[in-house]
Amino acid sequence: MSTFVYMTRCDGCGHCVDICPSDIMHIDETIRRAKNIEPNFCWECYSCVKACPNHAIDVRGYADFAPMGHSVRVRREEEKGTISWRIKFRNGTEKNFVSPITTKPWGKFIPKLAEGDKPNQGEINSQILYNEPHGLNTNKDLPKVEKSAFKKGVYY
Amino acid sequence: MFANNPFSILAESVSPILMQSFVILMGLLVIAGTLMDIIHKKNVKYFFNNAKKAKKSATKNLTTGERISVISKTIASDIATTSELGAGKRRLAHVMGMYGTILFWTASVVMIFFYSSPQSTTPSAWPIVWHVGALLTVLGGSWFWFFLRVDVYSEAHPWYRVIKADLFVLALVASSLFGLIWSFLQSMSLQDRWDDKVFLVFFIVSNLVLFGGVYWSKFAHMFYKPGAALQKNLAEADGSRDNLPPEADAPEQFGLGIKREEPKHY
Repeated sequence: MSTFVYMTRCDGCGHCVDICPSDIMHIDETIRRAKNIEPNFCWECYSCVKACPNHAIDVRGYADFAPMGHSVRVRREEEKGTISWRIKFRNGTEKNFVSPITTKPWGKFIPKLAEGDKPNQGEINSQILYNEPHGLNTNKDLPKVEKSAFKKGVYY
Repeated sequence: MFANNPFSILAESVSPILMQSFVILMGLLVIAGTLMDIIHKKNVKYFFNNAKKAKKSATKNLTTGERISVISKTIASDIATTSELGAGKRRLAHVMGMYGTILFWTASVVMIFFYSSPQSTTPSAWPIVWHVGALLTVLGGSWFWFFLRVDVYSEAHPWYRVIKADLFVLALVASSLFGLIWSFLQSMSLQDRWDDKVFLVFFIVSNLVLFGGVYWSKFAHMFYKPGAALQKNLAEADGSRDNLPPEADAPEQFGLGIKREEPKHY
């Protein structure tokens, strides 16, 4: 689902233009507000949705279900270090999530992966990703899904 | 210069009625341009439909007192100090331009309608308000146009690239700047010289572009933005929040947190 901008809320600050990894958030030449110039090239990373200080960016569903009233909106509260999401499904179901902001300042904390140990074959085969759980800032074991719990018909 | 009412000096050669008619014409152009803009963009229709939709998902009925409180806060924060621009240069430049324009236009109307005959004595405050207003508008507008425009600041376009969105700010800065230069040249009492007349023509043309170009420019944002801010704050207060999630009920510094950086990493 690609992103779009509410023109009444956008103040043309440029945060979405700055952060978009696909370089598709641009400034409109007539009204100097942000717009998604190529929704079909949107990676759906929602970086712009999160970065917008005015909650002006929303997520547009595809034409087959978009008119049915879903919405994905986000509130970023830097002072609390939180990102809250509200997902409204087309049948009216609502889900709210709160996550920590884990963004780091530009150009700092670049991981020096080349200096790290190479993963052994056992680590490569495991469900744990490289640098987990340490990289997640937790030393707890992460939850695993056993193969026996997979749905019938899913084979690995 | 700052104590001179440029319109009373002009009244020696141009009838005050003509000047007043010009101001009325500019007002009519703004109304016509805004109405055309509303009809073309259908933004007001969208705005009211959205407000109706928001009312349906409201979780709380606002009392009159609560409504008045939200409206007052919106006027004090969103409208009077353009809080949506955050704390920083953009907000300061906008506030300078906004109050400069208000002072400049108000003083222009007062001086043209009440003190434009050669016999009238203008109270010393009005010419000062007019000049200070024009100066603030030029400073705020130029600061924005040369250094803070988002297409230059965040998109790396050169400062001399002019686009349609510049029509409003350039016409506004030009009208204030030409007004100031015209007043300065007038104050030098250059007998029968062409200088001040040329800048008077520039002043008139820039005003025609500014007020006649409402349909094509961003002029009408000064009417839409307060309405949008009011709707946003009412939606926050009545619980509909435009489908936004509620404020996070999490302890301070729940996450790592990051201060927003200026958008100039292109």
